[in-house]
Amino acid sequence: MKILILGAGQVGGTLAENLANESFDITLVDAKASRLEELSSRLDIRTVEGWASHPDVLRRAGADDADILVAVTSSDEVNMIACQVCYSQFRTPVKIARVRSVAYLNRDGFFSKEHMPIDVLINPEQVVTKHIHELLKHPGALQVLDFAEGRVQLVAMRAYHGGPLVGHALSFLREHMPKADTRVAAIFRRGQAIIPQGNTVIEVDDEVFFIAAREHIDTVMRELRRAERPLKRIMIAGGGNIGARLAQAVESDYEVKLLEYSETRANFLADQLSRTIVLRGDATDRDLMLEENIDQCDAFIAVTNDDEVNIMSSLMAKRLGARQAISLISKPAYVDLVQGGDIDIAISPQQATTSTLLSHVRRADVVSVHSLRRGAAEAIEAIAHGDSKNSKVVGRRISEINLPSGSNIGAIVRGEEVLIAHDDVLVQSDDHVIIFLVDKSKVPAVEKLFQVGLSFF
Amino acid sequence: MHLAVIFRVTGTLLTFFSLTFLIPGFLGWYYQESTVNSFALAFLITLSCGLLMWFLKPDKRELRSGDGFMITALFYVGLGLFGAIPLYLEPTLNLSFSDAAFESMSGLTTTGATVITGLDQLPKSLLFYRQLLQWLGGMGIIVLAVAIFPMLGIGGMQLYRTESPGPAKDNKLTPRIAETARGLWYIYLFLTVSCAAAYAVAGMDTFDAISHSFSTVAIGGFSTHDASMGYFNSTAIETVAIIFMIVSGINFGLHFLVWQQKNPLRYFLDAEVRTYLLTLVAVAIVVCLLLSMHKPDGVNPISDGLFHTISMATTTGFTTQDISTWPSATPVLLLLAAFAGGCAGSTAGGIKMVRVLMVYKQGLREIKRLIHPKGVFPIKLNHRPVSDRMMETIWGFFSVYVIVFFIMVILIMVAGRLDFTTAFSAVGACLNNLGPGLGAVSASYADLNESVKWILMFAMMLGRLEIFTVLVLLTPAYWRR
Repeated sequence: MKILILGAGQVGGTLAENLANESFDITLVDAKASRLEELSSRLDIRTVEGWASHPDVLRRAGADDADILVAVTSSDEVNMIACQVCYSQFRTPVKIARVRSVAYLNRDGFFSKEHMPIDVLINPEQVVTKHIHELLKHPGALQVLDFAEGRVQLVAMRAYHGGPLVGHALSFLREHMPKADTRVAAIFRRGQAIIPQGNTVIEVDDEVFFIAAREHIDTVMRELRRAERPLKRIMIAGGGNIGARLAQAVESDYEVKLLEYSETRANFLADQLSRTIVLRGDATDRDLMLEENIDQCDAFIAVTNDDEVNIMSSLMAKRLGARQAISLISKPAYVDLVQGGDIDIAISPQQATTSTLLSHVRRADVVSVHSLRRGAAEAIEAIAHGDSKNSKVVGRRISEINLPSGSNIGAIVRGEEVLIAHDDVLVQSDDHVIIFLVDKSKVPAVEKLFQVGLSFF
Repeated sequence: MHLAVIFRVTGTLLTFFSLTFLIPGFLGWYYQESTVNSFALAFLITLSCGLLMWFLKPDKRELRSGDGFMITALFYVGLGLFGAIPLYLEPTLNLSFSDAAFESMSGLTTTGATVITGLDQLPKSLLFYRQLLQWLGGMGIIVLAVAIFPMLGIGGMQLYRTESPGPAKDNKLTPRIAETARGLWYIYLFLTVSCAAAYAVAGMDTFDAISHSFSTVAIGGFSTHDASMGYFNSTAIETVAIIFMIVSGINFGLHFLVWQQKNPLRYFLDAEVRTYLLTLVAVAIVVCLLLSMHKPDGVNPISDGLFHTISMATTTGFTTQDISTWPSATPVLLLLAAFAGGCAGSTAGGIKMVRVLMVYKQGLREIKRLIHPKGVFPIKLNHRPVSDRMMETIWGFFSVYVIVFFIMVILIMVAGRLDFTTAFSAVGACLNNLGPGLGAVSASYADLNESVKWILMFAMMLGRLEIFTVLVLLTPAYWRR
């Protein structure tokens, strides 16, 4: 599959890196030759230097036979025009663009074939904001991912002392919580994946991934660690796009303080937000934190555009008594360094974007893909098609499906109904199947499983 | 200073104003009253003065910024004096010129304070004339002139700003100022007609219905009877009055938007209207509670409490009772409610609700700043930030208003040997364009001496033109420009 990526910034670069490792043909277009050189020396990709929305540049980059266009330059307008050019000049089938400005996004029907032909919009800030918002709703969770429009959620969390389930085998789970059905998809112990069996015992400090219907998430979480009281006071450091959106999204539910360094930006934010208290100051200013009672703060969220500031301010907040620290970290190397230490959760903005894109490059009918543990693991929501004759999935019990090792089915969503995948559940056509893969290299095998045999046509 | 231009425009306006004598004059002829001659004389004097000023210095230059203050102030003084002519000439009234000017100024500024007793016996044309003065003053006679004569070459915007109430004076509803002014007057006209119809349905005769609709929609308070609204002794009429007083106290620009968008819910999106309604409700509840606790004779705590709250808080000044004898804090509370007044851009007087709201928000901001020294707290109105410049203007207005108020209280206490209650309420009632006061001025201002009346007339003008338009003329800086 040929993929054309416009813009070799953070998102474009990471994307190229992830996809090139998966045997896609990647062409990367950017105006900066130096950045392209750096990437092409490392990765097996083609690079074209030039203005991303110009038709001649796109032709040189092979837009004529590209299957997917991904426009992620820093400018919304360039991304939109590039999609328009590819649509009318090259008939590119799938056009994905990053559009950040809310002014474009809240126009109904604007992004359609007749007006602005973009098939998929991605907005990393929005994805990250939503991600953090989910984390705030479930204090203690490391990651909360939606499947089937939020009917099912996959939650990652760390098991702690005092959780009723810690030290028990997984089979105990069902007896203990007869009402809330759940399935543990994977356990990571000291960075190593364990495929959970009925007799697997959960230990302290395990990172547990489980799947459950949305309404059962909190019940399950209470089994793995002492109940956390809900969050009330939140401090956000950094009033950029993410900080501003986040404050806007949560200010009606929590008491929010927003730290911003630039005076003009702080004034702007104060004008835009209604209940948030905007504070002008440095994210790493210890006195300011004390003055604003950081010790009473339930969650400190560092989302400035500087990794080091995010890490330092989170560490300081935690040291001064904040209950939880969430930090936005772009450099993959830092993530492993800090997560699980003083900083509770590290969020990588690229990972969020990559997940959105992956669902469009998968071969089977895949609704959504979530890249986990910095791309090592993956959770896929795929739709089963066909019948028992031409499909390897439909008409079979879950125990009968020949899944590659290191993967398991977590849940099935049939219409509105959520079925947690126990061995005897029968898969029907049009079911949304949620699969968890500990090892990403098994993705092609799973794809093949869900592709319908020839007789279907 | 461009006296030539100022004289020409003022002359134009006076000529235009002279036409208003013709309507009561015609009415006098219709009812065969003796007032025809005095109206005709007033018409001729005003017309000739206007024309004289117009032709004296033919100058075609446009108005400069700042000239508008002079014209508006001069025009209001002129109107007050010329408008007094028919009242002064009427033999049955036997008014001194100060009294006639007081009555005319009280009408034009929609104050509604009166020196005349025995209204019920007066000729109808004269009664109608008083109401007409209020009606013209309500929306603003200069705004009317701007609406009708955009071609006269008077700098519309300059004049419009000086007369329209409220802090945001550059708020045009349409690209052209004449069209804005016309839109406002259409709404005003529509409200007046519907108010008159409602009064008629509620039981007034045609003459009273029209007359009272004028003073209700203008939030004036003149009546054709000594007993004011009490004369009718009708709950239906009081209800109509309450509704139209509340509606007229809302920003006419907002009426314009609602009418344009056909969406009545638009009213509740406006923070000022919400504050205004909330204040009315809150004051009404307190007044009704106080009245039902003390149960004064002949007062229905609910209906009378509600009517007088609305009448006083919107600065109209209709009464059915003598509220100065009401128990406890009610008279003072009602007088203080008038200080807040109606919404900016309405026909109501007072400081205006939006300014009170802003000052309140400023107070809250100071408290927040103490708690969060590094916090950034903008003041917002309807979810939009209010500039610091605007806040300064509002603070300036607020403080000058209070200072002017107390200086005048002292002045009339000295000049008229008045007690504090009388002085306080008289200045409050005139500055807020309210009308009835407490103490010696609860029914009529006739007993005050001449100098006090002139001071109060000045207070009415200050209140109607929102102080700065007049005060700016008293500064040396203005004349040295």
